[in-house]
Amino acid sequence: MTTKQISVFLENKTGRLNEVTKALAAHDINMQAFCIAETTDFGLMRLIVQDADRTAAVLRDAGFAVILTDVIQIHCPNVPGALSKILESLAEDDIFIEYMYAFAQSESAEVIINPNNLLKCLEVLKRKHPEIL
Amino acid sequence: MIWNKNKECMSRDEMSDLQGKRLHKLVELVYHNVPFYREKMQALDMTPDDIRTIEDIRKLPFTTKQDLRDNYPTGLQAASQSEIVRFHASSGTTGNPTVVGYTRRDLEIWSESAARAFTAYGVTRDDIFSVGYGYGLFTGGLGAHYGVEYVGATVVPTSTGNTEKHLRLLKDLKITGLACTPSYALYLAEAMEKHGMTKDDISLKIGAFGAEPWTENMRQEIESRLGLQAYNIYGLSEIIGPGVSYECECKNGSHISEDHFYPEIIDPDTLEPLPYGTTGELVFTTLTKTGMPLLRYRTRDLSSLISGQCECGRTNVRMTRIIGRCDDMLIIRGINVFPSQVESVILDMPEFEPVYLMVVDRVNLLDTLEVQVEVRRDYFSDELGTMLQLKKKLADKLKSILSISANVRLMEPGSISRSEGKSVRVIDKRKLK
Repeated sequence: MTTKQISVFLENKTGRLNEVTKALAAHDINMQAFCIAETTDFGLMRLIVQDADRTAAVLRDAGFAVILTDVIQIHCPNVPGALSKILESLAEDDIFIEYMYAFAQSESAEVIINPNNLLKCLEVLKRKHPEIL
Repeated sequence: MIWNKNKECMSRDEMSDLQGKRLHKLVELVYHNVPFYREKMQALDMTPDDIRTIEDIRKLPFTTKQDLRDNYPTGLQAASQSEIVRFHASSGTTGNPTVVGYTRRDLEIWSESAARAFTAYGVTRDDIFSVGYGYGLFTGGLGAHYGVEYVGATVVPTSTGNTEKHLRLLKDLKITGLACTPSYALYLAEAMEKHGMTKDDISLKIGAFGAEPWTENMRQEIESRLGLQAYNIYGLSEIIGPGVSYECECKNGSHISEDHFYPEIIDPDTLEPLPYGTTGELVFTTLTKTGMPLLRYRTRDLSSLISGQCECGRTNVRMTRIIGRCDDMLIIRGINVFPSQVESVILDMPEFEPVYLMVVDRVNLLDTLEVQVEVRRDYFSDELGTMLQLKKKLADKLKSILSISANVRLMEPGSISRSEGKSVRVIDKRKLK
């Protein structure tokens, strides 16, 4: 399924990340998955939450530059080789992955994928791996 | 519109004649009343009689900021204390402050010069003008104040600092004119947008901006965000204050009130006068001031002069935008760099907020330049690649303008401090080491 991901621009500055988590905590917002991409002078924090629109508003009010992006969220079985099968299907159909990240729980892992072509990627997954969507 | 057609549209011959006569009188005044100038002239074996025409000005000595400091507080004053009706003073962050005494006549000259400026912008007695320069020892506030009043328009002395009230008054009083620093104008525009106001909620149509160098891009930015016509006003307290020169509706250089303030452009190293059209250090002689008149005062501002009649009808010489100050000029890896160059690049790119900070440092004996900019919210991307491309785009443009490479640092919106007065745009860490 597609889900809304929140991206927050962060200057590389001590404590800046903590200010994001503090704002989330103050509004009782829980993160399901997140990752941080970094360059020498800035970073992008990408996160998945229950209510993306409300979270985006909270972070904007706290002064952050925030954007919402549609990404694909799948539940991948938490066993060896499961992700490999999925990625192989995507490669066969020429889908390029811009970035992805995951949060493993007990039985399955939440995997977030940002492909170059969201609709095509969804279509391939629906056709080949309907159980994980 | 022209306030003083007689002086602003004089034929060149008449102007030279008037300037020559006034210069002779000025030299007599300072020779007899200011020991500093008398000694300098005596050392050059000169008497006031050697100065008869305006061309003779080249024989006279220069005056520098350091001379003003050395003669602190009132050593260069030509008038007796009882004739002085006001003092202004510069901040003096790098030494003694500079104190300037004004006679009643000086204040009249100043108000009249500022009135020429406001009239050139189209201000009439029907306008309501907010003066958002600081009031006090700084000449900006009171100078603009008296000029607006002299024209007969209404003055609102808002001064700096109270932006919320300023916005409210702009709206409620239907203020039509704004005088302040260009950076404060942008700050106001930003504050206005934050409060959900647009330029349609206010009635501004004329802006008089000065006290810091600004660029054509900044003019367009201010005009479109505040919905007004933005004009340059130039002046410095040592000479008199705002009103030394001003733009007309043609916005092609600022007309100098040269019947009062005689301009020259010199090479700051050789001190040789430079011809029209050549960039160099701007020098002024106060032809009519009596409180603290100055001969050939070196402003440290870099500009060039434009001759010839302007389309507006004025014949007074114009000066181009100040491209920087001799003292502001940074030498980075041997290359001359002006903050205004960086500013013009940034204001040209819609992706960035119109603020920046240049940080110069020396790492392993090599000068480094970092340019911090804020990306506008609309231009943020979730893709690192897109953000890095944006960074590279700015770095490439800076390189082509500055001839040296700069490290661009992308900052969060609102993280670079805005100033209500003169902004800090350069931090030179090399000086601290």
